[in-house]
Amino acid sequence: MSTNYEDRPRGGGGGGYDSDDDQDRRPMGGRGGGRRMHRRRVCRFCIDKVDLIDFKDVRLLLNYLPERGKILPRRISGNCATHQRMLAEAIKRARNIALLPYTTD
Amino acid sequence: MSNNKRQYEVVFIVDPTTDDEVPKLTESFTQIVTDQGGAVTKSEVMGKRQLAYEILHHKDGTFVLLEIEGSGREIAELERRMRVNDRILRYITVRVDEDRRRAEKLKERRARKAAKRPSHGEGTRARRGPAVEFADAGGE
Repeated sequence: MSTNYEDRPRGGGGGGYDSDDDQDRRPMGGRGGGRRMHRRRVCRFCIDKVDLIDFKDVRLLLNYLPERGKILPRRISGNCATHQRMLAEAIKRARNIALLPYTTD
Repeated sequence: MSNNKRQYEVVFIVDPTTDDEVPKLTESFTQIVTDQGGAVTKSEVMGKRQLAYEILHHKDGTFVLLEIEGSGREIAELERRMRVNDRILRYITVRVDEDRRRAEKLKERRARKAAKRPSHGEGTRARRGPAVEFADAGGE
């Protein structure tokens, strides 16, 4: 099972991770998968000074839920640990009451 | 100010085919909570929306949010009632007082920091001062 999260520079797959959280990464150009441009990823929640992530805020949570329905890892979103933890908790709660899917197929 | 009342958010999904019963259900749940010594501080129908996955062959449901303040006993009773009621497709209870207090504290801290901030630039320059003095002292 290959997740398309791979972030490694050498990955030959070339499967770019496409979601709107991806804008700060350069799209994988050639199959060689050369050097990746590393742009500083910052936690958006820290910038917006978010102290509480509401599980009812589906619109917000969907930004961190790619098509497959998995929680976007922090190495891609750039969230800080604290906020990623809050986000994950909120997503899991939202899944429980069917605001968000567990899986999509 | 620090009362030991707990705050909860309860969200439950009502079978949409019995939509007209929503006010009645909410009313009865509120009654249960007050009977147990709790208080419903907010009650809001979030409306009918599509479920992310089917629950008991239902594709959509009416979401209702209750904010409850109390000891926790009323939650136990409320959950028991919801479990028994087959109009309730799903419910979730989240204790929010601790997280809210934490958020409040962070906000306060930030406000205090922001109040101090304007003199920040001056502060660093002043701190650089003694280093020069020290260099002088070394020369003597």
